[in-house]
Amino acid sequence: MTASTLVKTTPAVEQGPIVAISGLDVGYVRHRRVTPAVVGLDLAIARGEIVAIVGESGSGKSTTASALIGLLPDNGRITAGSVVVDGVETAGAKEKTLRPLRGRVVGLVPQDPMVGLNPTRRVGSQIAEAVRLRGVTGAQADAEVIELLGQAGIPDPELRARQYPHELSGGLRQRVLIATALAGRPKLIIADEPTSALDVTVERKILDHLTGLVREQGISLLLITHDLAVAADRADRVVVMRAGRVVEQGAPGTILVSPRHEYTRALIAAAPGLAHGGRVVPRFDVREQPVPEPVLTLTDVRKTFGSGDTRRGQRGFNALDGVSLTVPRGQTHALVGESGCGKTTTLRIALGLETATSGSVVLDGTELAGLSWGRQRPLRRKAQIVHQNPFAALDPKFTIKQSIIEPLVSFRIGDRRSRHARAKELLDQVALPASYLDRLPTELSGGQRQRVAIARALAPSPDLIMLDEPVSALDVSVQDQILRLLAELQAELGLSYLFVSHDLAVVAEISHTVSVMSRGLVVEQGPVAEVFTRPQSPHTRELLDAIPGQRTAALVPERAEDDADAGERAEHRPRSPGRPR
Amino acid sequence: MARYIVGRVLQAVAVLWAAFTVAFLILYLLPSDPVKLQLGAAGIDEDSLTPAQVADLKHQFGLDQSLWAQYWHRLVDALHGDFGTSLTQHTPVTSLISQRIGQTLLLASVAGAVSLVAGALLAYVATFVRFRPLRIFLSRLPALGASFPQFFIALLLIQFFSFDLGWFPATGTQGFGSLVMPAITIALLTSALLAQVLIKSFEETLRQPYIVTARAKGLSRSAVHLRHVFRNAALPAVTILGVLVGLAVTQSIVVETVFTREGVGRLAQQAVLSQDVPVVLGIVTVAAALFVVVNLAVDLLYPLLDPRISHARVGKVRTPDAPVEVGSL
Amino acid sequence: MTADVQLIPEQDQELAAAATPGAATPGAATPGATTSGSAASGSAASGADGPVTVDPAERGGGRYADLRTALAQLGRRPVFLLAALYVLFVVVCAFAPGLFTNQGPYDVHPDLAVAGPTLHHPFGTDIYGRDLWSRMLHGSALTVKATLIALAISVAAGLALGVVAGFLGGVVDTLLMRLVDVQLAIPALMLALSIVTALGYGTMPVAIAVGVGIVPVFARATRAEVLRVKTLAYVEAARAGGASWGRVLLRHILPNSWGPVAVLTVLNAGVAIIYISSLSFLGFGAKPPAAEWGTLISDGRNYMVTAPWLSLLPGLFVALLVLALNHISKTLQELDR
Repeated sequence: MTASTLVKTTPAVEQGPIVAISGLDVGYVRHRRVTPAVVGLDLAIARGEIVAIVGESGSGKSTTASALIGLLPDNGRITAGSVVVDGVETAGAKEKTLRPLRGRVVGLVPQDPMVGLNPTRRVGSQIAEAVRLRGVTGAQADAEVIELLGQAGIPDPELRARQYPHELSGGLRQRVLIATALAGRPKLIIADEPTSALDVTVERKILDHLTGLVREQGISLLLITHDLAVAADRADRVVVMRAGRVVEQGAPGTILVSPRHEYTRALIAAAPGLAHGGRVVPRFDVREQPVPEPVLTLTDVRKTFGSGDTRRGQRGFNALDGVSLTVPRGQTHALVGESGCGKTTTLRIALGLETATSGSVVLDGTELAGLSWGRQRPLRRKAQIVHQNPFAALDPKFTIKQSIIEPLVSFRIGDRRSRHARAKELLDQVALPASYLDRLPTELSGGQRQRVAIARALAPSPDLIMLDEPVSALDVSVQDQILRLLAELQAELGLSYLFVSHDLAVVAEISHTVSVMSRGLVVEQGPVAEVFTRPQSPHTRELLDAIPGQRTAALVPERAEDDADAGERAEHRPRSPGRPR
Repeated sequence: MARYIVGRVLQAVAVLWAAFTVAFLILYLLPSDPVKLQLGAAGIDEDSLTPAQVADLKHQFGLDQSLWAQYWHRLVDALHGDFGTSLTQHTPVTSLISQRIGQTLLLASVAGAVSLVAGALLAYVATFVRFRPLRIFLSRLPALGASFPQFFIALLLIQFFSFDLGWFPATGTQGFGSLVMPAITIALLTSALLAQVLIKSFEETLRQPYIVTARAKGLSRSAVHLRHVFRNAALPAVTILGVLVGLAVTQSIVVETVFTREGVGRLAQQAVLSQDVPVVLGIVTVAAALFVVVNLAVDLLYPLLDPRISHARVGKVRTPDAPVEVGSL
Repeated sequence: MTADVQLIPEQDQELAAAATPGAATPGAATPGATTSGSAASGSAASGADGPVTVDPAERGGGRYADLRTALAQLGRRPVFLLAALYVLFVVVCAFAPGLFTNQGPYDVHPDLAVAGPTLHHPFGTDIYGRDLWSRMLHGSALTVKATLIALAISVAAGLALGVVAGFLGGVVDTLLMRLVDVQLAIPALMLALSIVTALGYGTMPVAIAVGVGIVPVFARATRAEVLRVKTLAYVEAARAGGASWGRVLLRHILPNSWGPVAVLTVLNAGVAIIYISSLSFLGFGAKPPAAEWGTLISDGRNYMVTAPWLSLLPGLFVALLVLALNHISKTLQELDR
């Protein structure tokens, strides 16, 4: 591969924007029809500028990025418009024209580091590939690889270069991908959701590093993200997209302080990290109040996974090292921590889906540990679960009604007629129309399915609901709706929640008390208002600092008191038919 | 790593032993009267002899012992390479097999080589050629190849190339010419299966995100294919090599019969027809041994190709949990 | 890392999956509208569920809509219909061969021996002057019966093994799968030969032998499906909702696991036919004068030079049947996706 086919740029081009898109239309061909994904897009990126495109799924943000370098999937088409990259028109261009641009003018950092690297080739050789494309050979290329790994923030680069991707953690793999993108010495880097698959603390470090690097080297950065807070924190300019069109663009400060478009406003309001001006303000402050009776108590729960257990992928792994917590009746207790901290295991033990190696689990006064599943069964009625992935939460062959009343059938509660009535009642409670009873899950969207899952959990009238990252897989606007629904149900029915999440901003929205976990231990515990404003543990502090959106806090004027806020929001809540007000 | 090797070898031995045992059980346990069956195969009519003579013969054939004893003796003998004596031909089974196995292995190897090349080529063209209708046609082709009964293909080939065109001999084991049509008959099926697995694997690999990363670096399409696609796509295909070998060997039974070739396959057909139990047991065991050896070789070589495995704990490396496209093998 | 926390788009998941090679990000390829393109606007009750312009649930149709669209799609494929018709024809022949021929399979016409295909005798006649076409049709009864028996054995045993292995897991799973692996070392044909040696020849032993030989395919496929479904969230939710394992198995796992098995059954019907006719070709089938297809083809071998149609036409008949079955299963597979 030679480097001699680089396009020569004229001085005029050198001054102009690195990317100039005008009137871009992109569509996907399916069943001989072209479905539009991007409509009439105008966008320019100046040299050295950091631009973030923010949008929910289906907004067309990733499509725009792919179209830039001609890497749309086979059924993607640019149907109109022009895309000029460093003076070269790429819309409709042939491979011959596009190839010199890839890597050497535009670098790509893909989204999921777990699958973005070839698993059967050493990491170093994959970076070297990009280096060699510039014409650098032999020992010099190898030296550059080491240097790039170092630049990307990987410690011990000589060792790492010889390793295979599966020997590196997700964060390190992402840094390798960054190094790969830098290897071509590009003028623009496209980072497509570069950190969505990573823990928030890792995300912060990597984004910091990346933005530092591009500033240092004068490279432009196009950041694609669904997280407005992340975008606001780092970009010079934020572009909001929706359903294929640009809805608004401007400096982060402007956008957050005085958003012009209603959609932008909705995004801001819906994002927990931004709704209070980038600060994480806990909704509930229970510090001064008496603690209600606990509905669930875990005492010194330990769990070791055996050597053959493939669930945690390791041998003799101590998932939990002595966890104690309580869920007060009628309130929400959150379990936060990064992946692998043991929060999900704790939840599953509390529910009885797994047994603790030692320790006590008391649900509504009855000790669960040591009870066989059969004995535990009557207690099942008191605690139910809502899973993270709404697309796997409902049996695709069951109608909505069948899914909802299944607990009633299993527990033999009521008869056909009363179950039917109850199903209708539950659908109503989760704000779905009764006509959905006969639908199949494939006909529902993610948010709707999650509501059905909640309705199912409510069916046996439990006291406690365990929620395992119930909103993490949903778009931000839908997240907000589900969280509000949960809050309403808690108020109406006196439910208690054990809420597991990695997202502290979400936790602040809905929880009264919280346990922060790390590596199988509870490192800090208490009322959310206390833990989030005066964190004692360094880990908690690290987590709080990593919440995106805080840099913009400085830009946003102080919002009104929480109460007024809540009242304000209550007014704006979407009305749905059949709901008592 | 050493643990892995030892584990695999032990597994191979265990599978071979189990195969032998299963075959033994079928041949000695299933018949309503195994003794009568074997005596009958040897051409002995029990009714026309005195009980003393019958007892004598039974002792001669080792049929008067208990099932356990017979099993034990057969197993021990087999470990020494002795599969007893053929009931119909009165020669040691081992010599019968060893006389013929060369031809069968030759046939299987030629067929194997042909199918490797043909299958890989077909899969490559079927995936990477730009002309869409051709691509679709080519990816449907393997299903065709796997649908025709081998004996029918053999007959067709004979009709065309022997009787109509006179290019190749219709029967016999002499010379290279006689190898061509039998090899093609077998290769048609095995290459079709290989192509199917490869095509699926190519498509799977091309969908992987790291392919986009590779292209985004600025690599040409062919460079991406060469450096990223082929090796990773070939991995699942390597795992079915053992199965394909087993298939080729069993297909030789039909093929050698149709083409009247000297080989273990035809020996098997004759043995089954005459219910010659020791020969059948011997052949099944030898075929199983072949399969086991090839599989072991694949298992030992696989970590070299896939670095994820050599670093993993000892355990199952790979099993095609999803069935290969065309039925059972 | 929170690798399990992934943004799942609000829109139709199918669209994300439809993005062909090269798409890097999930949700990247999903445009705003759904495939039905219906004009209904988002229902007010569900609120603003992201930028969806069509509420999928309003498409309606319920449980049988999928079936109906599937049948409609099948109806539009001429090759599929042809294949299905052919298979139907053969099956009908198995039960009522007289419908398609007026010649008896055992009627001897010495004067017409080894005659070529004519209108009266579409497949010609054999050395005894027997009408080959009629013999084929009557022979279909034997082969179809054998195939059905073989399939019944393999599906029943394979399903049972697969469900038990997948459901119970642990030692039972390992043991059963080892057994299945051993079966690989003795390929179906070899196994069949052993069984035929032990039981003698005839339609039944052949059917049993082939049936047993195909068990591993079904066992593995079922097990894979059971394992997949077992870990899905709704199974766990059902357990949390008080369902016993029995209920979970019957109402959730089985209905969601057997889909691929159905397709496999059609596919393996073709494989079974190949094995059965191969075995009868080798001489292990029914005794004369009854004629299985393989026997007929084998008989015709001796006259290949002068009367090739005696072997080739019946052979073609069988080959086309297997092709038809394969095509049907392929089409069903494509629909499934």
